[in-house]
Amino acid sequence: MTTVATFDINFTQFIDENGKPVTDDLPAIAKDVDLLKSLYHDMVQIRQLDTKAYALQRTGKMGTYPAATGQEAVGVGYGSSLTKDDVLVPYYRGQAAMIQHGVTMEEVLLYWGGDERGSDYQNAKEDFPIAVPIATQCLHAAGVAKAMKLRGEKRAVATEIGEGGTSEGDFYEAVNVAGIWNLGVVFIINNNQWAISVPSEIQTACETYAQKAIAAGVEGIQVDGNDIVAVKAAMDKAMDKARNGGGPTVIECVTLRLCDHTTADDARRYRPEGELDDGWTKEPIIRLRKYLESLGAWSEEDEAALQEKVAANVQQAVDNYLNTPADKPEAMFDYLYAELPERTLAQREEAIRRGAKK
Amino acid sequence: MPAVTLIEAVNMALAHEMEQDKDVVALGEDVGVNGGVFRATDGLQERFGADRVIDTPLAESMIAGVSIGMASQGMKPVAEIQFMGFIFPAADQIICHMARMRHRTRGRLTLPMVMRAPFGGGIHAPEHHSESTEALFAHIPGLKVVIPSNPSRAYGLMLAAIRDPDPVIFLEPKRVYRIVKHEVEDNGEEYPLGCSFVDREGTDITLISWGAMLHETNQAADQLAKEGISAEVIDVATVSPLDIDTILESVAKTGRALIVQEAPKAGSLGSEIAAEIAEKGVFNLLAPIGRVSGYDTVMPYYRLEKQYMPTVDRVLEEARRIMEYK
Repeated sequence: MTTVATFDINFTQFIDENGKPVTDDLPAIAKDVDLLKSLYHDMVQIRQLDTKAYALQRTGKMGTYPAATGQEAVGVGYGSSLTKDDVLVPYYRGQAAMIQHGVTMEEVLLYWGGDERGSDYQNAKEDFPIAVPIATQCLHAAGVAKAMKLRGEKRAVATEIGEGGTSEGDFYEAVNVAGIWNLGVVFIINNNQWAISVPSEIQTACETYAQKAIAAGVEGIQVDGNDIVAVKAAMDKAMDKARNGGGPTVIECVTLRLCDHTTADDARRYRPEGELDDGWTKEPIIRLRKYLESLGAWSEEDEAALQEKVAANVQQAVDNYLNTPADKPEAMFDYLYAELPERTLAQREEAIRRGAKK
Repeated sequence: MPAVTLIEAVNMALAHEMEQDKDVVALGEDVGVNGGVFRATDGLQERFGADRVIDTPLAESMIAGVSIGMASQGMKPVAEIQFMGFIFPAADQIICHMARMRHRTRGRLTLPMVMRAPFGGGIHAPEHHSESTEALFAHIPGLKVVIPSNPSRAYGLMLAAIRDPDPVIFLEPKRVYRIVKHEVEDNGEEYPLGCSFVDREGTDITLISWGAMLHETNQAADQLAKEGISAEVIDVATVSPLDIDTILESVAKTGRALIVQEAPKAGSLGSEIAAEIAEKGVFNLLAPIGRVSGYDTVMPYYRLEKQYMPTVDRVLEEARRIMEYK
């Protein structure tokens, strides 16, 4: 008997839960204080946005909303590695990365507030709307990357999926075809430990989700998803590889969902005792703050000013969302096709007539 | 002008558009080197290269999903699902994404793509290779579903499908892939989508059909003519969105309507056409609307296939019965 294939999965962490570097060999971004402050701002902002959206739902002003509390370093980290020319194909809990790539907070709120106009991104024209059916987005990302490759473009695609989503066929099909065609796409697995109520031991027999890439002949790596330096360093490298013909990468970001699955969920029904308390000691925002403080780059005053500024930004987005009236009834018809079929015109007229009475 | 079969006409239209528009690519299982299991893409990879005639791995959801991604970038993928019975792994992509992208992004992202699939029975194929499930997709808003019945229509409708700014499901009646030849000039002239065609004018009864069943329907019309019954024959061609006006105008003239389809009867496209005639044309009717269809059974394996498929005799019997109403 001979061994015909072997594999390793490497885990990377640069900044530990106490905000301390675990190595002297830090990437350049770990020393870029302006960049770190900007990422910190964005993480604080997305957490405030999620908190606000939750409150809106609880007061009847918002539909079901999936917060990403505790996972801010994943979305902000990988999202910040995309250039304007790259394309983002997000998943449903992808608001942090979407905002990094130009989607506005108001659009995010509008979308979850039940309005398709929230997916008409004004500053991210090529990005996909979030995919609600799980894992389908991975194939769209591969397709976008295929188009870029056929046209010889030096840009790349990023997509995100939860660890539960990697059980779906579309995930495997996407990583498989990306490997065969050597596509410039990065698959981010946001391993927040929970697929609604189902933990990893019921989701897979693999030690890591990253190793699912190996079966497709694709590089798979694992990073500490609560360490934004590790996330961003890995993503910068993977996107650079993707843009330059190096092919796909799967990056598993290990984090923990510190909130319910969505506003419609109650994680107390399934989450083991103590997990949250422990999780809050490892969460990404405090970690980066401690690291910034250790560099002498952050103070109590900075923090207070930031919280105030971000709160104003989020409130502005909320106000804009709440002040946006529902779309006209004919909007149901006007984007079905380039040209509405003649036989549907009468229904459109009826919807307008009935809508006017309301 | 070459005389071509329906499958050759599909190939001709694909080649024509690939020649005209570099954004058009063909992809699917076995479409490259092998030219497709029915040869729809025969010779195309040699002519246009492996970048534009792409052999995919064996995964239908992937074929649909990747095509969606490519189309969102303005490419015009023409994806082949090898048999319509294998389209169901792709149903999530087709229904949840392909049909809705324009709507849910308010027109920001559109999908100018075609998904081709051979469908229907009558060729002694394995299980899952013979069903007529066009109504499943005709039910989905945002899709167009097109079924050519002969080589000329296949050429013109395929051109239109590729050029259409929205996703089109293009179902090819494989039983008639090679049954007749038409003189088809490769001139790039399309047949419009969303239009039904009056194949044969008549005054006594309107026979409405699409795809392979047009052939039985036309044979029935020939026989009826010998019996002194003048049948008008309509090729529905685009089964969604339905051109109901052409059907209603014909029924207003003849006063009698008979729908002929291979699919099971219940909840079918024939049901929809009958309902439209009843809603909008009932006062023009001299007789109840008739439907000749497959039975409401599982599509039988091929030893009983002929028992299932509507025949010329069944069409004739039903037409004669309808003609008894004066």
